[in-house]
Amino acid sequence: MSSDPALDIPRRKVTVRQLRERRRVLRSIGAGIGLVGASLLGFFPVVKQWMSRLRPPGAIEEAKFLAACIKCGQCVQVCPVEAIKLGDLDEGFSVGVPYIDAREQACDFSCDAVQCVLACPTGALSHNTDKKEQVRMGIARLSRPNACLARLGKGFKGPARGESHDGLHRYMEVDRWTPIRIADHPYDLEMCDLCMRECPIEGAITIERDTFELGKKSGTPIVFDKCVGCGMCEMICPVIPPAIVVDIRKTWENV
Amino acid sequence: MSFVSSIFEMLGREPANKPDDSAYSEDALAIHESKRDIKGKKERTAAIRAERDLARSHKWRNWRWASIVMVNGLFVLSFALDVQLIEGSMSASRVVGFHFADLNAALQVTLAFKEILINLVIGTVTVLILWWLLGGRTFCSWACPYHLLAEFGEFLHLRLAAGKLVRDMPMHRGLRTVLYIVFALLALGTGYTVFEAISPVGIVSRALIYGPGFALIWVAGLLLFEIFVTRRAWCRYMCPIGLTYGFVGITSPVHVKYELENCLHEGDCRKVCLVPHALEVTKKGYAKKVEVALGPDCTRCGLCVDICPTKSLTFDVKGLNKLL
Repeated sequence: MSSDPALDIPRRKVTVRQLRERRRVLRSIGAGIGLVGASLLGFFPVVKQWMSRLRPPGAIEEAKFLAACIKCGQCVQVCPVEAIKLGDLDEGFSVGVPYIDAREQACDFSCDAVQCVLACPTGALSHNTDKKEQVRMGIARLSRPNACLARLGKGFKGPARGESHDGLHRYMEVDRWTPIRIADHPYDLEMCDLCMRECPIEGAITIERDTFELGKKSGTPIVFDKCVGCGMCEMICPVIPPAIVVDIRKTWENV
Repeated sequence: MSFVSSIFEMLGREPANKPDDSAYSEDALAIHESKRDIKGKKERTAAIRAERDLARSHKWRNWRWASIVMVNGLFVLSFALDVQLIEGSMSASRVVGFHFADLNAALQVTLAFKEILINLVIGTVTVLILWWLLGGRTFCSWACPYHLLAEFGEFLHLRLAAGKLVRDMPMHRGLRTVLYIVFALLALGTGYTVFEAISPVGIVSRALIYGPGFALIWVAGLLLFEIFVTRRAWCRYMCPIGLTYGFVGITSPVHVKYELENCLHEGDCRKVCLVPHALEVTKKGYAKKVEVALGPDCTRCGLCVDICPTKSLTFDVKGLNKLL
């Protein structure tokens, strides 16, 4: 057979070994991209702010907070009312980052000395905070004034959140040192003033009387600039859903 | 030279080929020579291995499992019983009041936060000294909670592989180095500790201490990948924490020592090893000296020490022999 040497293109032979090696490298690249991609999915919940979370006392500005938090949970361990929980998978980069679900269990400062701040090894909970009055978690707001029992002039009888609620609170008059279940501390109030009554910060909430008519009692909870946003009022409010809530990370400067 | 090359091998470079005769030390050359003309080598090897299998030792594995369970158990019990012995989790803790910080987590936080945090420095230095003394990647096999899960996954993988149901799909070890750099740059660039969101070590540790969450789904997915696709994919080819502790172990006094003299070169050690490239020296003709310390990627897990039929692999502490 005739053969033209010009058409004889030298073909590089690929050995099985080379082929296997090539696959191994491609597989590694694929796995690497997959892993980094999976980790970057954590961007969405954070950047789009799918979840706005109340952070523990002393938390620095949110983006910095997420950077500084080492996700160890030491703050969780020292909280006497177990108010602090850790973020889960659906919170993206906030996996393992502490938050407080105030309605379930608010921080009522029953540790007296912001233990979570002292426990934080990185200063994500700023060590500049050493008194509960200095804390800035948010600001309470009467979100449903028409549902507020005080405004309706109603009293309240029984446990604030029902028998089954597991929330804890320290009642100074019951036990100075140990928080007890709210369910074990029923009330009998002529006019509901629970938000003011259980607020751990003096002068943060007062109830202004609406009427001075004889035999009638009604009032409006007013939040003052001493409010630190701990969420105790949100937890104790007997109305469902609560009439008073904490606006997370709101400060008095940007009201 | 081998010191530097062992670091490059940890970063992903393929181990060097068999050295030529001029590279051997005099003693090593003599041993290599003498091994060339032993008669009945096969029968002898088979007999020695059979004897080992009569009473298989799992001493180091058992100690190690006990260590992982104990370390993580202390975290769990300390919180569950509120005794404040070890507070926190694997990423950072206080051990009877002293700060401890996982080196990789501390690195991620520092890169993302861009501030030197004094408590973190204290915790990091403490942990650095601790794991340097203990051997660097000793952290992986003696403390990491994911390691134990991964060993279980590996057991299943090997069973399935033995039945030809799965085949290990190996990867390039350089991947871990690339991921290390990528995650460092991501932390630096985005200001988020991106790696911590997917770190199975942190997720498992927190799940043990504070209760399970959906993040365990990710860990389960990783384990399934290791069972059905790539043997020990995370620990071998991906985990930046392993590399961080690998760096710590470069100069560590605790290591596994290989002795050439009695080695049968049958390769049982490399089959059980998480990082077989660290045991390249056990191949016939590869050891340049009669005694060689394994490189920094070795997790000091002791599986090779347990399985070696001739006790050619042993735990060793540098300088201790001189003292005793």
